[in-house]
Amino acid sequence: MGDHSHGSPDDSGTVAKAGTGTLDKFQDPGLPPHRKRLADTDPHAEKRAERQVALLFIISIIGTLSFFIAYFVLGRPENISEIRVQNAMLGLGTTFAMLGIGIGIVHWAKTLMPDHEISEMRHEITPEADRKDAEEIINQVIEETGIKRRPLIRNTLIGAIALAPIPAIFMFRDLDRTGKNAGEMVEQLRHTMWDTDVRLTRDPSGTPIKASDVQIGSVFHVIPEGLDEAEDVLNEKAKAVVLLMRLDPDKMEISEGREDWHYQGIVAYSKICTHVGCPVALYEQQTHHLLCPCHQSTFDLTQECKVIFGPAGRALPQLPIKVDANGFLVAQSDFHEPVGPSYWERG
Amino acid sequence: MSTTTEYTPKTSTGRIAHFVDQRVGGSGIVKEFGRKIFPDHWSFMFGEVALYTFVLLLISGTFLTFFFDPSMAHVIYNGSYNPLRGIGMSAAYASTLDISFDVRGGLFMRQVHHWSAILFVAAVSVHMLRVFFTGAFRKPRELNWVVGGVLLILAMAAGFTGYSLPDDLLSGNGLRIIDGVVKSIPLVGTYISLFLFGGEFPGTLIIPRLYSLHIMIVPAIILLMVGIHLFMVVVHKHTQYPGPGRTNDNVVGFPVGPVYAAKAGGFFFIVYGIVAAISGLLTINPVWNYGPYDPSPVSAGTQPDWYIGFVDGALRLMPGVLGNFSFEWNIPFPWGVNTLSLNVLVPALIPAGIMFTIMFAWPWIESWVTKDKREHHLLDRPRNAPFRTGMGVAGVVSYCVMWAAASSDLIATHFHVSLNDVTYWLRVLFILGPILGFVVARRIALSLQRKDREIVLHGRETGVIEMSPEGAFSERHADMDVYKLHTLVNYEDRKVIPAQPNAAGHISRSEKRRGALSKFFFEDRVAPVTPSELAALKAEHGHGPAEIEGSSTESIEK
Repeated sequence: MGDHSHGSPDDSGTVAKAGTGTLDKFQDPGLPPHRKRLADTDPHAEKRAERQVALLFIISIIGTLSFFIAYFVLGRPENISEIRVQNAMLGLGTTFAMLGIGIGIVHWAKTLMPDHEISEMRHEITPEADRKDAEEIINQVIEETGIKRRPLIRNTLIGAIALAPIPAIFMFRDLDRTGKNAGEMVEQLRHTMWDTDVRLTRDPSGTPIKASDVQIGSVFHVIPEGLDEAEDVLNEKAKAVVLLMRLDPDKMEISEGREDWHYQGIVAYSKICTHVGCPVALYEQQTHHLLCPCHQSTFDLTQECKVIFGPAGRALPQLPIKVDANGFLVAQSDFHEPVGPSYWERG
Repeated sequence: MSTTTEYTPKTSTGRIAHFVDQRVGGSGIVKEFGRKIFPDHWSFMFGEVALYTFVLLLISGTFLTFFFDPSMAHVIYNGSYNPLRGIGMSAAYASTLDISFDVRGGLFMRQVHHWSAILFVAAVSVHMLRVFFTGAFRKPRELNWVVGGVLLILAMAAGFTGYSLPDDLLSGNGLRIIDGVVKSIPLVGTYISLFLFGGEFPGTLIIPRLYSLHIMIVPAIILLMVGIHLFMVVVHKHTQYPGPGRTNDNVVGFPVGPVYAAKAGGFFFIVYGIVAAISGLLTINPVWNYGPYDPSPVSAGTQPDWYIGFVDGALRLMPGVLGNFSFEWNIPFPWGVNTLSLNVLVPALIPAGIMFTIMFAWPWIESWVTKDKREHHLLDRPRNAPFRTGMGVAGVVSYCVMWAAASSDLIATHFHVSLNDVTYWLRVLFILGPILGFVVARRIALSLQRKDREIVLHGRETGVIEMSPEGAFSERHADMDVYKLHTLVNYEDRKVIPAQPNAAGHISRSEKRRGALSKFFFEDRVAPVTPSELAALKAEHGHGPAEIEGSSTESIEK
């Protein structure tokens, strides 16, 4: 029993043409006999199919007309719910217009057009002789140029061609429209609007914040005072947004050098995630965790925003703050490190 | 003038054809395509869906360009959507609102455009899965497979550049993520980002730049690739599924004119109709709810368009720190310290890189392992290539795990489980899932092959229960008809090809590796039933089920 390893397994490296089987294979019975459709034999069925196709085309016409009804009768919608209605009616009109044509044509093809399957032979993409001729022509062309015999021409040509596209790359230098040189371009990423005595203000109203306003458990979304007057508001905002929270000072782990960066437990951290730059917008009061909604990096506020979960690789930068003579919160200085996603020159 | 025996057409069709042919020579095209045979199968329609949604994208996109203003100039919105009136925003966002609320049918066209884009990438992906699982990428179609892969990447590029154009809160956050990923590239990343945005993020230049990519460069390349893709389909002629009368040397199907052209042409209208229904009834990307881009707020639970999900998910899966070890390295060089952000770079590039590399190289990998350099025009039923089906499923699982990870927060809130646990589980699945997927899919394929053998050897079940004189019950089995039988026995029987010595009698290391892979792929196999096997079984008549299993083990190479 079981002579199925028949096709001489050992020489299977030298393969036969696919499909032309070895000895012990079932014969191909050929195409199954063609079965006539109802519409081929029954004139009534044929007539019915014809009417169905025509009906589908008429449905399409009605669909197109109803599009115009939606467009003109509904006119210019006044509010969002009217827009929704008009949108749905325009959509459904188009749907019937298109499905009527589409299903009609397919139904026509399936019931009334001939359904004999036809067999056609495949041909070689190109005969081998052509390939040989082509190879000879190419060789002759190369030979006639003499490029192999004249290395001086060849090498200088390669050099010229290699150099020629380089200006095209340099043309793109001015994609950066700031006019800064390479060093300055990178350097700007290190600085934000924060500076000594810049007030912390609410986002977006811009009103300053008193230390006494900040209670334990509350969170303030903060922008630097004067952001609205900045030259590129969004560029500055993308670097300068800060979260302001108050903690019990006993719960905070403070590292050396940062002892006076908070004011009675009020701390400010960059809101821009150190992963890929989304705003770290969620604050869990109970656990003192900050969560980035984009990729779920989680930072522990009590440990100077150290990463405790997720893809961020580095703590959120802290903004040193103090209180000015009027009791408003102000920055002591800019951030001591670049904010936002890491980059090669960050160092 | 020189000849008097000039052909004179008699019908009006003939006269028009004659006129055209004498001037541009169209008769050759008609002769080539008019009655060209195309095989028919429902699974061949995915490619058509892809083509037709692309046409829809061109139509709806052209309409949108007449109304969209790709500028980041600051304007105060004054249109008819009340909640945003008086708010400062970019001209791009304002014109998107105008298209939605002040251009009749504008919202519909926006939705047709967005839904078509989503369907386009989906259709391209499913079409590629069809091509992969049926082995349609084999010689001579390897290059067309590569062109298809390039089209998939271009489709994603087109989608992403378009997603960013309305300059709403979500698309701005998407760009922010791109900015972060680009900045993680060593050496040049910072500059690429600064050049792309024309300075610091977000700047005022990115939307017009993405616009020229989105409406000109990317679609032009897609069109070119689609042209090459279809040209190669014509050159190769379409593949067909195995069946009676279908061989590797013929094409069986319907002629282009009229049946195939009618079906394919009609299908365009069906696709448009379905897209129109979805766009009319289901809201997508309601940008008016999100507000203009602002770097400070973000809404929780937002999702990218589905085709970007796998990259976003990979970003989420990667741990940034393990204990006290951070994947962000500060490397001291003689000129100073540089930062390498592996926690961003690795997930953004490596999984997608591995996936696309294996995908592009697979036709050559497979032909190397199987030593199969023949032309293939007959498709494999996926069960008849268990190794390939297993590999494909492994790839799909790995993709889907990353994809699911892009919704980890929604999974957590929806099923009331811990977000961290979801991520931990998905990390485990990312490693184990593809392996499990391979094993399970291959086993299922092998079982289905055994089922086919069983049916061929014992006939199909008739549902007629007979009682023997002794009182035993059994079901009567009937012989299969020859046409159905042919489909079940006519498949490629791939066997282990052990490492072979070369001309010098030496077995090279790569050949050993190939032999090991061949053993891994084909050690377990189910051979097709042969006529002599069936005849022997029938002669015996009394038979047990043991024979069905038998062949899979005994026909393995020594």
